[in-house]
Amino acid sequence: MMENIIVLMISAILVENFVLVQFLGICPFLGVSKKLSTAVGMSAAVVFVMTIASAATWLVNEYLLAPYGLEYLQTIAFILVIAALVQLVETVMKKLMPSLYKALGIYLPLITTNCAVLGVALMNMERKYSLLNSVIYSFGAGLGFTLALVLFSGVRERIEHNDIPESLKGLPITLIAAALVSVAFFGFRGLFS
Amino acid sequence: MKALKTLTNGLLNENPTFRLVLGTCPTLAVTTSAINGIGMGLATTAVLIGSNVVISLTRKIIPDKVRIPAFITIIAGFVTIVQFLLQAYLPALNDALGIYIPLIVVNCIILARAEMFASKNPVGLSAIDGLGMGLGFTMALTIIGSFRELLGNGTLFGVTITANLFDPAIIMILPPGGFLAFGITMGLLNKFTSKKVTKTGCQACELRKSGACAGSGEVGA
Repeated sequence: MMENIIVLMISAILVENFVLVQFLGICPFLGVSKKLSTAVGMSAAVVFVMTIASAATWLVNEYLLAPYGLEYLQTIAFILVIAALVQLVETVMKKLMPSLYKALGIYLPLITTNCAVLGVALMNMERKYSLLNSVIYSFGAGLGFTLALVLFSGVRERIEHNDIPESLKGLPITLIAAALVSVAFFGFRGLFS
Repeated sequence: MKALKTLTNGLLNENPTFRLVLGTCPTLAVTTSAINGIGMGLATTAVLIGSNVVISLTRKIIPDKVRIPAFITIIAGFVTIVQFLLQAYLPALNDALGIYIPLIVVNCIILARAEMFASKNPVGLSAIDGLGMGLGFTMALTIIGSFRELLGNGTLFGVTITANLFDPAIIMILPPGGFLAFGITMGLLNKFTSKKVTKTGCQACELRKSGACAGSGEVGA
């Protein structure tokens, strides 16, 4: 049991890193990885929403869709659940945890259209994970997202001060640097046989 | 005349991939071969045209405050239809694209066009805009897909091209190759065209004001 959890976590964080191996959540990865502080804020919000959303979508699928054979509505149901959930989390947080809301608030509305959140919900269904495994995998995936963003914000701060060809400045060099970081993550592929 | 301008706008001036840098996830993920690129591009085009038409038709009915959830629901409906059609008629492509088909829902291009164009323009023009943007996206994915397939597998559309010229560099069809190919293509475009792309897509995405676009650039900066 414990072993299973650890394997699932590590594979979600490193081997199947959402950003660098599976290309989910590239938009925030390129958008907010410029500074360490914004990278951490965005990642924390993503981990939070991803974990709750995976539990909520699992329950919706198990008790609303599956009993009536409506699994084909997963895409529509999940995106609505996620959108509603993000709204709910925002409202509750604002009321009960104003300091946390201050830190994460601005990132929350952006998460609805972060494909990593919908992606992890759909992936849990595809792999038929149990509720516990879904939550663990999503939490791990969120941590993997955090790792990628934080690591890359360091790389980007260095790129800013380097002398690069005019036509590669900005986004192109960022993507090429991401390719190199991705090569590093590729090495984890042999971790589990 | 206006129709033609709208059509070419998506193909060149405001090419969603190279100019607006929207929908980066599928751009990187499914371009392991030219065929996959075309398949993903056309699936997205179908959703774009459908959602643009419906959103344009309902633009006077949908209240402003709930327009984003309404748009997402309409888009999700079309994505589900496309998913069914692919499962039924092109199962191989459906397997190759996998999870990225349902993820068309959160593709920024579609929501951006809904917000910026379809919700303000008549039906015909919105359909043409969807077609132009979709084809621009398809074109970009096919270019990147061909580039990666040729270097990574030595083939183009499945036909062997570089049999004895060089050993294919497998890395190009693996995840790192996606970033590399996209970065280099964009760099080359910068080099040979006058306009520069230096900002990330979601900064260019006007949705950032309504907070509907993921990772919109300068948050908290």
